[in-house]
Amino acid sequence: MLIYTLKRLLQAIPTLLIVITISFFLMRVAPGGPFDGERQLPPEIEANLMAAYHLDEPLPMQYLRYMGNLLQGDFGPSFKYKDFTVTELIAQGFPVSLEIGGLAILLALIVGLPLGIAAALKRNSTVDYVVMGTALTGIAVPNFVLAPIFALVFGVLLGWLPAGGWNGGALPNLVLPVVALSIQQIAYIARMMRASMIEVLGSHFIRTARAKGLSESEVIWRHAIRPALLPVMSYLGPAIAGIVTGSVVIEQIFGIPGIGRYFVQGALNRDYTLVMGTVVFYGILIVVMNLIVDLLYSALDPQIRYDD
Amino acid sequence: MTSDSKPYSGEQANAAPLPAGGPNPPRSPEPETSAQAAPAGESLARDAWRRLSQNRAAMASLGLLVAIILVCIVGPWLLPWGLAEVDWNAFGTGPTLENAHYLGTDANGRDLLTRVLYGGRISLSVALVASFVSLLIGVLYGAISGYLGGRVDNLMMRFVDIMYSLPFMFLVILLMVVFGRNIFLIYAAIGAVEWLDMARIVRGQTLALKRREYIEAAHALGVRDSKIVTRHLIPNAIGPVIIYVTLTVPKVILLESFLSFLGLGVQEPLTSWGVLISEGVDMMESSPWMLLVPSAFLAMTLFCLNFLGDGLRDALDPKTR
Repeated sequence: MLIYTLKRLLQAIPTLLIVITISFFLMRVAPGGPFDGERQLPPEIEANLMAAYHLDEPLPMQYLRYMGNLLQGDFGPSFKYKDFTVTELIAQGFPVSLEIGGLAILLALIVGLPLGIAAALKRNSTVDYVVMGTALTGIAVPNFVLAPIFALVFGVLLGWLPAGGWNGGALPNLVLPVVALSIQQIAYIARMMRASMIEVLGSHFIRTARAKGLSESEVIWRHAIRPALLPVMSYLGPAIAGIVTGSVVIEQIFGIPGIGRYFVQGALNRDYTLVMGTVVFYGILIVVMNLIVDLLYSALDPQIRYDD
Repeated sequence: MTSDSKPYSGEQANAAPLPAGGPNPPRSPEPETSAQAAPAGESLARDAWRRLSQNRAAMASLGLLVAIILVCIVGPWLLPWGLAEVDWNAFGTGPTLENAHYLGTDANGRDLLTRVLYGGRISLSVALVASFVSLLIGVLYGAISGYLGGRVDNLMMRFVDIMYSLPFMFLVILLMVVFGRNIFLIYAAIGAVEWLDMARIVRGQTLALKRREYIEAAHALGVRDSKIVTRHLIPNAIGPVIIYVTLTVPKVILLESFLSFLGLGVQEPLTSWGVLISEGVDMMESSPWMLLVPSAFLAMTLFCLNFLGDGLRDALDPKTR
């Protein structure tokens, strides 16, 4: 297990190197520099600025410097948020994004799994049709449509919950973003759980368990659920990536100060270091999350052992 | 995602038992398993079409989809308003028959229906072109990798593994930021993101196919490798590819809307459903139709594509009962 983890971490290095390298060079071939404002700067000031940010060095030098700083967790200065480094901005935004994303994943599992199981057990019944119909709607209506409608209905028209803002993470402010973020994942998870549950319920060992005279609830809870969870577990990696991407939109819509919002603002303002820093950060995040999901998978599936 | 689409294919239960040859080539010319009613000699496409046409949800989706596409193509010519034409008498009016603003106007007095249809052209064209780009890259890459096998295969698939863990969404956004928002870039960037699954699927198919006798026969006859890949391997692996394409199209539409919604996709004067939705969000308190109309078009299209994908999977997959 430990060796496997180390191996995976080693494999993550080329991935991250590619992310960093692509982002770095993309940024540098971009037309225009970070200081091309509406006002033309005097040449000597611009030269000073370039020197201050080491932009006057040859590209390979800059690349090595960036890599070196990155190893120390330094993503460089933000060009637009003048007094902040990108690291500070990420450190500010990440806890917020993590809270929303984590709660959304949790909610997706808590709601999606039972719905999928119920639909599988009552296959071709009204429950099944309603759950699967709703799930398809959840997949067809993207979260950037759902979120504003939620904000409009529950925030503005009914006035039950705040339509936006963060307010230090108060519970009422959390509800709408988390729900909007998780709906699509609820739908996917319910569909997958239903499919894999149906498959498991048709397998031989379930027939054996029933033949032994176990009660139906024991068959389901002790024998069927665990193997049925496996495909859903392997979906968690993409689910997390989906939540991370979705949070970019959700944070934008609800005005939540997470990294997603910095990312979009940075992209729109051409704050290159900020965009690049967040891309690299997201890259690391997704790689680490995938590793955790794979380790979790091996804990659930006795057929998979990573210790060779 | 396995065969989880039973509710939509209830009619198939009493259809004739499936012939053994689905998208995967039959193990032998005569289907061994289905003794009762296998229609002998029916072509793959016709068999699939017959089964698809028994699936009411899929057929309805197909009809609606064709309707949406036709309306988007033809509609703008029939409507009196142009894409950016301003009606100085109607700023932000709701749906009305007056002046032919059937679905209202936006805050600048531009006819919403006209804009939604023009936006649909862009969204659907992105879906089409980007899916095609991903299809082209994925199929070629997967077929070559699977066919050559050995170390090359290993290397090529390792590369796909690495690509898988890239946060592509963000790289696409970075690309849009750096190179400006240009529709051809959107086509290429989204296409370049979505080919990975396709490559894996085609590779798996190819690995299974290349051991068959007819490939060996082609080898023995001295057919070139490139010809074997394009003439024998790719056409025979086409079933799962079709299924996957129908799943790719909605993903691509969603991706484009997502980018446009963030203000990173299509730019004025062009518009797309994502752009219109994002404009609608800003105005939703005073003019909710501006959000609801483009959202409805987008959701309907995604709905139909999903149903159609499910139906096609049932029709082409020999394993569904």
